Amino acid sequence: MSDRYVKLFDELKKNSQGAFIPFVMLGDPGMEECEAIIETLIEGGADALELGIPFSDPTADGPVIQAAANRALEKGATPDCCFDLLAKIRKKHTCIPMGLLVYANLVLGRGAERFYRRASESGVDSVLVADVPVISSRRFVRYAQENGIAPVFVAPPNADDGQLLEIASLTKGYTYFLGRAGVTGADREMEAPLSARISFLKDAGAPPVVVGFGISRPEHVRLALEAGADGAISGSATVALIAANLGDAKKTRGELLKFVKDLKAATRNELYVRGTA
Amino acid sequence: MEITKGAFGEFGGMFVPEILVPTLLELEKAFEDAQADPAFAAELDGLLKEYAGRETPLYRCRNLCSDTNVKIYLKREDLLHGGAHKTNQVLGQALLSRRMGKKKLIAETGAGQHGVATALAGALFNMETKVYMGSKDMARQAPNVFRMRLMGAEVTPVETGGCGLKDAINEAMRDWSANYADTHYILGTAAGPHPFPTIVREFQRVIGREAKRQILEAEGRLPDAVFACVGGGSNAIGIFADFIDEPSVKLVGVEPGGHGLHTDKHGATIEKGRPGILHGSYSYVLQDENGQIHESHSISAGLDYPGVGAQHSHLYSTGRAEYAGVTDNEAVEAFSLLSKSEGIIPALESAHAIAKAVEHAKNEKESKIYIVNLSGRGDKDLEQVMSFIKNKEAISHE
Repeated sequence: MSDRYVKLFDELKKNSQGAFIPFVMLGDPGMEECEAIIETLIEGGADALELGIPFSDPTADGPVIQAAANRALEKGATPDCCFDLLAKIRKKHTCIPMGLLVYANLVLGRGAERFYRRASESGVDSVLVADVPVISSRRFVRYAQENGIAPVFVAPPNADDGQLLEIASLTKGYTYFLGRAGVTGADREMEAPLSARISFLKDAGAPPVVVGFGISRPEHVRLALEAGADGAISGSATVALIAANLGDAKKTRGELLKFVKDLKAATRNELYVRGTA
Repeated sequence: MEITKGAFGEFGGMFVPEILVPTLLELEKAFEDAQADPAFAAELDGLLKEYAGRETPLYRCRNLCSDTNVKIYLKREDLLHGGAHKTNQVLGQALLSRRMGKKKLIAETGAGQHGVATALAGALFNMETKVYMGSKDMARQAPNVFRMRLMGAEVTPVETGGCGLKDAINEAMRDWSANYADTHYILGTAAGPHPFPTIVREFQRVIGREAKRQILEAEGRLPDAVFACVGGGSNAIGIFADFIDEPSVKLVGVEPGGHGLHTDKHGATIEKGRPGILHGSYSYVLQDENGQIHESHSISAGLDYPGVGAQHSHLYSTGRAEYAGVTDNEAVEAFSLLSKSEGIIPALESAHAIAKAVEHAKNEKESKIYIVNLSGRGDKDLEQVMSFIKNKEAISHE
């Protein structure tokens, strides 16, 4: 397995920072535009990238990310095109951790073994399969491990201790902690994460805990870090900026740059201690 | 696939976001406890009898196929309260919801029959009910939309994907992953994640149990074949269940052939799909080479689904059941045929099973007994069949 996540979180810890991880859909609003968008996210200071492969029936996603998947699919995005784009980005940016967020049927589509091999060859560090929970994950974890990919699992707010222990032991790279129930979307804000659950995960040996779902503003990032998380993921809020500026690539990149800078700034300890962010 | 929970051979399982796992395990436990509780069975049996009108007749057709060697019996689920077999399992799941202390019900519906059943249960148990229905289906099954609303359910149009049953299930699952704490999702078919395929089969098993006893009373022997339509497959698994261990009984699942299996407009998931993961289980799925789900097509909203219950995939792969398609045209012909020959207007879904049974009957050289599950009544389909026939006539006159 690559050690990009380990290096990242070590470095951030040394600098008293949390990780800010934006999510976008590969191929949205087109492959070339998406490449420029990802460059912008990196330029804005994204610590890692969480990237989706568009799926026809994303049951864990709200309307914003569903629409992003549809835009990408309409432009003809396939898993193979997505892997090609990932490989291109990896060539230019050798250190940034890249995680994939996908659905099970895309992994199985051309064979799970092939999927994880392609991911590995494209420089992907982790794969989270939204509809494969720990209880059903054996085969997916095996292929991930064989290909040096970190399998990432989600820790939901309703998990009991037993489920959290299993999640803590299986998830690698980082732990995706749900900020609230439901599907992805910025319309329902995160709830202040239970610091007790985060420390429970950490005591159980889970890799760094990153909060996702409902993160759209700097204060959400701060709340997550104050609760003991190591970072925050923002998907729908990031994707919404792409949707709001379709056809205007320059404006899209400008707004994304500002958004990422703002949310990244909120991960810097000294800034929010001084209250200037 | 290695399946840890709810396996039907290599099919089935629980492929859902992690957040739904505690909810599904809670449901599994409630179901197992209820199955071991005689009071639960007594209450459900009472409701099925007094409220829903069980048992339903097994009627021997007087005219249909009288020129063949086959006696056709219809299991009259169309006479069940609500107009289709759906009421059987909805009453069971509504009792489970109450047992788990849930206050609200959500459901998806295609033809509207499952939505109607959930709406009547919501009214009966005084629970807030929300039904997701594709906007395409709301248009073609308008009478059922009105029925649901009349009984107090909120019907929410779904505008995503193909605006059909698949998309309604997507939306119901999204709702459930936010509101599981006080809400039970009454999945309407034998598909979906564990424990739904098992729960739905067990609550629909009453169809086959009665039919088996009734045919033994009437004929003194088992039938030669049992026919049922298959969308997700709940009425089929319900009537098959008690015959699976009777190897002399042929089981035939009838899939929606739409415009024909040589076209891409059909819903013949088992014949034309391949195994994959849709809506929580590993089963046959209509999909492209990359795993994107195909939109299905059928004149029958209740069969218009690109997935199928995991146990059907298992019955198919082991060869215990066979699956065959019937086109839109053939289904409409059977719809008219049964109406004319017996004075029974079947649901378009059930008309698929009738069509396949009649086709088989014509080729039988020896005397045989068939049972066809007449899963629902056709009132909801009148307008759609009228316009289908009109369009066809217009085309043939051109």
